[in-house]
Amino acid sequence: MTERHFYDVVVIGAGGAGLRAAIEAHESGARTAVVCKSLLGKAHTVMAEGGIAASMGNVYPEDNWKVHFRDTMRGGKMLNHWRMAQLHAQEAPDRVRELEDWGALFDRTPAGLISQRDFGGHRFARLAHVGDRTGLELIRTLQQRVVQLGIDVFMECTVTKLLTDDTGITGAFGYRRQDGEFLSWQAPSVVLATGGIGKSYVVTSNSWEYTGDGHSLALQAGATLVNMEFVQFHPTGMVWPISVKGILITESVRGEGGVLKNSDGKRFMFDYIPPYFASETADTEEEADRWYDDHTNNRRPPELLPRDEVARAINSEVKAGRGSPHGGVFLDIASRRSAADIMKRLPSMYHQFKELAEVDITKEPMEVGPTCHYVMGGVEVDPDTAAARIRGLYAAGEVAGGMHGSNRLGGNSLSDLLVFGRRAGGSAAEYAKGKSGGGRLSDEVLAEAEEHALAPFSRRGGENPYTVHRDLQETMNELVGIIRTAPEVQQALDKIEALKVRATALSVEGERPYNPGWHLSLDLPNMLRVSECIARAALEREESRGGHTRDDFPTPTAEWGGLNLICSEQDGSIALTRQALPQMPDDLAELFEEKKQ
Amino acid sequence: MTTITPAPVPHAEGTGAPGRATIAARHLRTDRWWLQPLITVAVLVSFIIYSTIRAFENAHYFAEPYISPFYSPCIVDACEGNSFPKLFDGPSFISPALYILVIPLGFRLTCYYYRKAYYRSFWMSPPACAVAEPHKKYTGETRVPLIGNNVHRYFFYAGLVFNAILTYDAVLAFRNAEGEWGHMGLGTLVFLLNATLLWLYSLSCHSCRHIMGGRLNSFSRHPLRYKGWTLVSKLNGSHMKYAWVSLFGVALTDLYVRLLATNAFSDPRFF
Amino acid sequence: MTYDGKLRVWRGDETGGELRDYTVQVNEGEVVLDVIHRLQATQAGDLAVRWNCKAGKCGSCSAEINGKPRLMCLTRMGTFAEDEVVTITPMRTFPVIRDLVTDVSYNYEKAAALPGFEPRPRDADGQHRMQQIDVERSQEFRKCIECFLCQDVCHVVRDHEDNKKVYAGPRFLMRLAELDMHPLDTFDRRKVAQDNMGLGMCNITKCCSEVCPEGIHITDNALIPMKERVVDRKYDPLTWLGAKIGRRPHP
Repeated sequence: MTERHFYDVVVIGAGGAGLRAAIEAHESGARTAVVCKSLLGKAHTVMAEGGIAASMGNVYPEDNWKVHFRDTMRGGKMLNHWRMAQLHAQEAPDRVRELEDWGALFDRTPAGLISQRDFGGHRFARLAHVGDRTGLELIRTLQQRVVQLGIDVFMECTVTKLLTDDTGITGAFGYRRQDGEFLSWQAPSVVLATGGIGKSYVVTSNSWEYTGDGHSLALQAGATLVNMEFVQFHPTGMVWPISVKGILITESVRGEGGVLKNSDGKRFMFDYIPPYFASETADTEEEADRWYDDHTNNRRPPELLPRDEVARAINSEVKAGRGSPHGGVFLDIASRRSAADIMKRLPSMYHQFKELAEVDITKEPMEVGPTCHYVMGGVEVDPDTAAARIRGLYAAGEVAGGMHGSNRLGGNSLSDLLVFGRRAGGSAAEYAKGKSGGGRLSDEVLAEAEEHALAPFSRRGGENPYTVHRDLQETMNELVGIIRTAPEVQQALDKIEALKVRATALSVEGERPYNPGWHLSLDLPNMLRVSECIARAALEREESRGGHTRDDFPTPTAEWGGLNLICSEQDGSIALTRQALPQMPDDLAELFEEKKQ
Repeated sequence: MTTITPAPVPHAEGTGAPGRATIAARHLRTDRWWLQPLITVAVLVSFIIYSTIRAFENAHYFAEPYISPFYSPCIVDACEGNSFPKLFDGPSFISPALYILVIPLGFRLTCYYYRKAYYRSFWMSPPACAVAEPHKKYTGETRVPLIGNNVHRYFFYAGLVFNAILTYDAVLAFRNAEGEWGHMGLGTLVFLLNATLLWLYSLSCHSCRHIMGGRLNSFSRHPLRYKGWTLVSKLNGSHMKYAWVSLFGVALTDLYVRLLATNAFSDPRFF
Repeated sequence: MTYDGKLRVWRGDETGGELRDYTVQVNEGEVVLDVIHRLQATQAGDLAVRWNCKAGKCGSCSAEINGKPRLMCLTRMGTFAEDEVVTITPMRTFPVIRDLVTDVSYNYEKAAALPGFEPRPRDADGQHRMQQIDVERSQEFRKCIECFLCQDVCHVVRDHEDNKKVYAGPRFLMRLAELDMHPLDTFDRRKVAQDNMGLGMCNITKCCSEVCPEGIHITDNALIPMKERVVDRKYDPLTWLGAKIGRRPHP
């Protein structure tokens, strides 16, 4: 029998966006619950290293939201929803400052203010940070705030279905890992804050939780996804040993002076400066090196180009045979900064390489290569309210789409979580007012959801979920990876069709309490649904832009620059439609005109 | 009426508490975890035996110009030598060492490092990490007598006075047997070294670190104390090392004096 | 560089269990968690294990390997001989849920019980000003990834289930120290530390510091300084007298 709970707002996910949403909903007076797949405080946000982008102007007083907005739009190759980028740039500084009221301890400037560091694509040093463990600070601060406020948290519970009726959302249904029992949360508002989709790829910086649950739940509930073809491959993941392949190496290594070299010892990024960024990128090593101390009179090093550019450059170097022994390139900070500086500025990186690869980064270069890191696409939302296209459903953070366009700048993720987490929580609470105590979830609906979830136990002799998962990961990595072509993506779609069939016949061994095989069998349909959206959109968009590179259409086109691709689910299959990009108002559009002179 | 006594559950305490993973072994460590506590016991017991004998010996603690650190400051009329003013006349069967040893003994007994050392190796609470301790009950430092370990900082203060006196003894060692200044022998070096090690041990103490600046919540408003705290914090990182080395230092200095006092050895004089 | 590794893994739940032997392929550079995952994917699909990031940043995969509390993702197989049997058990201080997964709710209860952050108001311009040297002490403690290995190894609760009621454990005593040293915080946590969180139970035997995967000096930098702060308040007659006549407020 399903355990029943009643709330005004249920937040799914306890990363930065989910916790920030829960705090806001609670403070708006809503009875709020957080449901999360892991223990509280373990969400993928802890992996964020570099910082929170916010134009506070503590280091460069000339920084302001307009500069940040412009950087964000250009980084996303103008495909961002302008209103989201605007709200994000305007509100990020306040969101960072309020973290201090909740106990966060950022690194300081000599004046005692929050220190800010350089990052790829940002014109000024803008990232509020704590060494290279900013995500941990963010999650711990929000977690401690949630605990202090007494918000209910359902840990290690996975939502497998959103419940809806003709008025919109009515609640959520899921299971508890600990005992395998089912739960339902009846609520007029549900906030999705489930993060990304990286576990559909083999080489990824993402944790097991990133199975695209939120994307998939939203689709099934009748909401839409926007621009799923844009998947960010972070340029610097570990490549060796095999077991850690994909684990993230923070962009701060480059922000702090690290450079990329090929097997000839050459700083190859100077060969890959695209015309689009030529006017703001240094073209000599001398100018690039001077920039670290003087941003005003020098242009930024090409190592700090947006992530999509750097990732493609590394990919090309390796393909041209100038890679490192284990198929990456070299990221060298040892020869550029003192050991003491490295230990102080990048302590977790030092620790990570020492522990996992037995490499001392103060003495040797690191071997790095691209790793699947982030999905720009996500649930299509209204910028101001974070509302999805079904009443009562909200989405914030990585699961929401539009904010980052075709490519996300480093540091914009943590600020995105805070800005839109807060907005989603507030609107969800507002919508829920006066709606609690509505129709009770029917026993039949819950019984059907239970039966569906338990199906893998009743099948005998079916396939092992781990094998199907591995096959999906390899398919996506090889055929819908960093460089794509129409025949390969088509091949991936065929394979996904076959995997979908296999996934309906899985069987799992053991019992319901804490059974990872069963959990994976329930996550797999989500990964398959999301992978199909990515592949379908990747095939449709015949241009190269940001996180979507088509070998057969190598440049961006003006026509596609005005189009979003919208995924929806109709009668159980994915439908793809083109939708015009929202028009930026003139006063904002001017910001881009001026710079062209 | 019959009383049913529940059958004793094997290993029901500690890691065998209900609900925990049922593993019979007290520990599953495969390394030589017992070596460290064993060495600690061996060394500390040797020191205790040696120092007890010497403290009660009431002889061979003075060889002009050196006085054994176990007997300094020597404060009764019967004391050999004149390194310290004689304050009173105690019964002759009480060794002068006994009046004063309580201070260095108390300082070391309440020291945060030595506490770790003896809780682990003598009381086996715990003998090593993740190795079950053999006690049924544990209250830590919440009750008499162990709550008394909180007085560490007073022993620290008193210990500083002793350090000053032992430093003074090292200065006195720059005399010859006739009491003339400007001379030096191997013993002078031994005394200097002993005094230095004692200062390092005292100043690296956790209480000292706290008093110096640890108690402050704002370092930036007290820059001098912050400097002091930073320095003490650096020393504090080696507190364990200083605790051991200074212990050996005291014992060897005493032994050196004894060897001179019994004429088993004569002090090489430099000038 | 591939060999057949010998694993002995505890399988079971709160009703009982056993150490079971497995032979699993081990490749160069792998950590214990990789091998556990291979075991799960090939031989024991329902083997329960908790993990997230596999990079030593989230603190989920805590277990005991050859009797030592460690993160499975940071324990390289290369540290064992190829023919050595590697024993992996769940943390032995917390109730077991299944296999390598334990119920760590003790920790979440203690976290909820301690008094939270109470900042002073912002400066007139809406900023908080703090110097780097003032935030560094608490920053060290905020590196904590809440793997709870310190809580697991601490004999106060590991060997004495009863003490869980009165003792918060190193992680949360450190949290009190973090808040007490926080430049913005206004609440004095010394009484709570001593009376409600069991600071006096700690006998500074330093196992917490030994097992900390983040290398935080829990004992030297948090617990002992906190004990000294309690002494200021509780056992130091000079401070007590000073406070009585109003000459020495809390620093």
